[in-house]
Amino acid sequence: MRRLFIAAGLTTLLVTVLIVYTLVKDAVSFFIDVPKYELWTIGWFPRRGFFDIKTLVVGSLMVTGVAMLIAVPLGLGVAVYLSEFARPRVRRVLKPIVEVLAGIPSVVLGYFAISFINPNIVTVLAPGANKAFNIAAAGVAVGILTIPIIASVAEDALRAVPLSLREASYGLGARRVATTFRVVLPASISGVVAALILGISRAVGETMVVAIAAGAVGGGLFSTDPFQPGQTMTAAMAALGFGSDQVAGDGLAFQSLFFIGFLLFVLTFLLNLLGDRLVRRVREEY
Amino acid sequence: MNDSRNLIEQESVLEQKHEETVTGSVVSHEDVPVFRTKDLSVFYGDFRAVRDVNVYIKAREITAFIGPSGCGKSTVLRCFDRMNDLIPTARVEGTVEYHGVNLYDREVDAVEVRRRVGMVFQKPNPFPKSIYDNLAFGPRLNGIKKKADLDVIVESSLKRAALWDEVKDRLKASAMGLSGGQQQRLCIARCIAVEPDVILMDEPCSALDPIATARIEDLMQEIKRDFTIIIVTHNMQQAARVSDQTAFFTTEVNPESDRRTGVLVEFDKTQKMFSNPSDSRTEAYVTGRFG
Ligand SMILES: Nc1ncnc2c1ncn2[C@@H]1O[C@H](COP(=O)(O)OP(=O)(O)OP(=O)(O)O)[C@@H](O)[C@H]1O
Ligand SMILES: [Mg+2]
Repeated sequence: MRRLFIAAGLTTLLVTVLIVYTLVKDAVSFFIDVPKYELWTIGWFPRRGFFDIKTLVVGSLMVTGVAMLIAVPLGLGVAVYLSEFARPRVRRVLKPIVEVLAGIPSVVLGYFAISFINPNIVTVLAPGANKAFNIAAAGVAVGILTIPIIASVAEDALRAVPLSLREASYGLGARRVATTFRVVLPASISGVVAALILGISRAVGETMVVAIAAGAVGGGLFSTDPFQPGQTMTAAMAALGFGSDQVAGDGLAFQSLFFIGFLLFVLTFLLNLLGDRLVRRVREEY
Repeated sequence: MNDSRNLIEQESVLEQKHEETVTGSVVSHEDVPVFRTKDLSVFYGDFRAVRDVNVYIKAREITAFIGPSGCGKSTVLRCFDRMNDLIPTARVEGTVEYHGVNLYDREVDAVEVRRRVGMVFQKPNPFPKSIYDNLAFGPRLNGIKKKADLDVIVESSLKRAALWDEVKDRLKASAMGLSGGQQQRLCIARCIAVEPDVILMDEPCSALDPIATARIEDLMQEIKRDFTIIIVTHNMQQAARVSDQTAFFTTEVNPESDRRTGVLVEFDKTQKMFSNPSDSRTEAYVTGRFG
């Protein structure tokens, strides 16, 4: 029996090592083979040899930025409400609803972005926006996906603040709002920041929504306009995978996929590491 | 907005009564009870934790609550600053009058009550903030913003809590780095900083060693000139040493359930309670022949 568990552990380890190995091997060989000036050009057109990384990075940052504009206030708001204000009965209803949100497949939200968010929200607020696809609509949908993560991690952090601190605050004549903002939030700040970091990490890594709703197929010019179609690191990778011509070949375009993948991996890994650290620190503070 | 209007109304309700009792009569301040409970019962859900408590708490005196575990000392204590409001199942019957105002009247705002009646808890509970910010927390709530004003309050509160010399060089350091005894004195200082009328203490020394305990007891004698104090303690000697009045609670078996309800057995001058109590149960308890 014990061996079975060891085997399971080893298999997981092996798979992880294998993934990282493949990623790194192809990323490195891409980096060696690519003419370096192609990494900084007018846009991302991998099949024509333009590998402008900043197009993807800026695209990802824009999507993440828009997502955070939605998810940070809503996620933290839900967390604070659930942990500090909601009566037990309200909480019992609301919490599962937030959790259901986490269970919606991202492909559904991708279509929700193009069929609802873009026509009814984005193009209304920004009449110049692209009517079919744009970064902003994708960002809003990614934000919706991120709300449950931020809400649940932040709520755990808030609830972990001991009753004795709240009592100290109320005992000094603080109202609930003051107790929340001057005692509970500061005491759980590292956990709340961790929630934000995990949320960012999730938003950066989201693929399906941006592949569907951000709308840059196969490639795109460098752009900083969130109301136009754009490329993100993840969507670019997916597009490379979907393409029929050079898939699974040895071409430079295919290898670029691993290069982006590696960047993405490093980025989310660092973010998660930081988030984890902070979550652990919460438990030590009081 | 509604909140702030309530607050102002509350302010005046409590203030008025206070004025009346203090200035409007010929009786000296000391003779007017700060608190008077009438047939006070507290329930947690259906369970009556303590019943029919009648006590009066005199100004500038120390009143001790003693009795076996579970007899409702903390429960009664927490009625005096409406801390029980934080427990959703808790419910109060009877009245708790503070300078003649029933604290459980509908128009009384619990927050206003707590600004006048401070509390020190069993386990020291400093905020995970700097020593300075712990002290400034209450004054800031009350709208004091100027650094110079806060500095004065912080220093004088720490001095009154006999902590100033130990921490004056590290006011910006975290309060979590203090020893248990220092933390408890910090909590007392934090309480003093909002100039309450009454300080409630729930077993303030139970987590402390004898030396730290002695310091807190000295401190209580020191500050009783300015504050009315109610202390819950399991330490008989402590009650005998520090208090002017003592209330002894015990538990009684309920006929209708197997849970025990707390009752007030005897309430009198501490000296009498410990030398010549009227009730045999008090005598058994204070002489350690309890149970
Ligand atoms: N939040 C609560 N919910 C339900 N029952 C409670 C709650 N707090 C206290 N009780 C019950 O009320 C009774 C009185 O409790 P209380 O804490 O006031 O006793 P105490 O005299 O302070 O005891 P101790 O000396 O152990 O602190 C006990 O039976 C306790 O179980
Ligand atoms: Mg108690």
